[in-house]
Amino acid sequence: MTDRSETRTQSSEPRYALYLGCTVPVRGMNYEMAARCVAERLGVTLVDVDGFSCCGFPAKPLDWRGGLLMAARNLALAEAQGLDVLALCSACTGTLTEASHRLKADAELRAWVNEQLAGVGHTYNGTVRVRHFARMLYEEVGVDVLREAIVVDAEGRPLLSGYGFAPHYGCHYLKPSFLYDGFDDPENPCSLDRLIEATGARVVRYEDEGQCCGGGILGFDEETALLVTKQKLDHVTAAGADGLVLICPFCAVMYEANQRRVESLYEAKYQLPVLYYPQLLGLAMGFSLEEMGIKLNRVKPRKLIEALQR
Amino acid sequence: MSDENKADIDIIDVSTFDTHFRDEVADEPGGEHIRRCFSCSTCTAGCPVAGVTDKYNPRRIIHMALLGMREQVLTSDFVWLCSVCYTCYERCPQDVRIPELMNAVRNIAVREGYIPQTFRLQLKKLQLHGRLYEIEDYENERRAEYGLPPIQREAEADEVNQILRRDQKDTPERKDTGE
Repeated sequence: MTDRSETRTQSSEPRYALYLGCTVPVRGMNYEMAARCVAERLGVTLVDVDGFSCCGFPAKPLDWRGGLLMAARNLALAEAQGLDVLALCSACTGTLTEASHRLKADAELRAWVNEQLAGVGHTYNGTVRVRHFARMLYEEVGVDVLREAIVVDAEGRPLLSGYGFAPHYGCHYLKPSFLYDGFDDPENPCSLDRLIEATGARVVRYEDEGQCCGGGILGFDEETALLVTKQKLDHVTAAGADGLVLICPFCAVMYEANQRRVESLYEAKYQLPVLYYPQLLGLAMGFSLEEMGIKLNRVKPRKLIEALQR
Repeated sequence: MSDENKADIDIIDVSTFDTHFRDEVADEPGGEHIRRCFSCSTCTAGCPVAGVTDKYNPRRIIHMALLGMREQVLTSDFVWLCSVCYTCYERCPQDVRIPELMNAVRNIAVREGYIPQTFRLQLKKLQLHGRLYEIEDYENERRAEYGLPPIQREAEADEVNQILRRDQKDTPERKDTGE
């Protein structure tokens, strides 16, 4: 399980450098808005660090050293501020976690990295811990605290009771599992289920929940990538969920931004709302649709919007 | 394309094999465990990409590499079809670490000058902007509309460019870019 000795922040008052990556600040502003709102309400301090670049994930297949240096440079910026890193994107989480583990364990590699980073004015000492936003909510805030933060009506019912959402864990939030201290099971995960249940909504089970979004090959072979995407859209729709809940901006690009493209390519009809988990949590906590950036969700969660506007 | 590949694969000229290719892959970080593969196909059975297309078959790629089909592997499209989801990584009974192995093979392919256009463009964007989506005034104005702080454009683009071009003169990967 998690080694608490490496936890720099006090669990009562988590404080992190917010790492946005490439996709969130441009294509996932609704995710960012919701994450900032709920973090503030829950007493999690998010610090914006100037100069973060791409995490290095896209460089790894082409030039693994370049990818590692990009990750190390980002970690060095957080380290210089004395902060651990909190990421919204699962691929960023994986890439930065891998770099932090390797550079902590391998002094020789760290020395080589620092030789290279010296040229751009940075040093990395191997002290930064990396967390995904959802894992931080699950482990450091905890579902009990979330449940307390949910708004209930006069009869004591949470706003989202009566709704059912399908969890999409995606890949890099859980895998490779050796990076993640066993905080959840890569084959049968439960953390996002517990987080959804904490909002008062029901978890909807569907076929092949562990399926990847296909995003990793979108740029190279769109048709094959969208065939992978289509499978989950089919399965979640068949299960009758009110929406798909996810925690990675690239999964959202596949299931939401490309949903119409899948519909037209494969003559399907979904109209399946896709929500980032912090949006769901924020709505349950009483934040407005506007504050949660629902306007930026391309497939409108109409049933939810109508109920919350009443 | 897959028919063409099948024809290439069905008729194998053993004299063209490079029997050292498995060592070359094993020496590349990520490829260390290639010799452990005993071709059980657990990777392929659970692969989300192999589940929708026969263009990608990780077991076959590893087998080709072990046989020494260096050119066929390095010039193929299929090494670029791994979505790096790590499903097989978790399940492989031999700990072959297949997504890392695919990345190792891709790194070798890039050094030999085989880099698909889409990846070449991504690398170019990283060199130019330090990120996949450039942040300009327009993006920051939009962020402001939604109450989000601007992304401060500091030195990241220059620094990432320097990092990625650190030893350009020694690496042949951009020899045929035509940029």
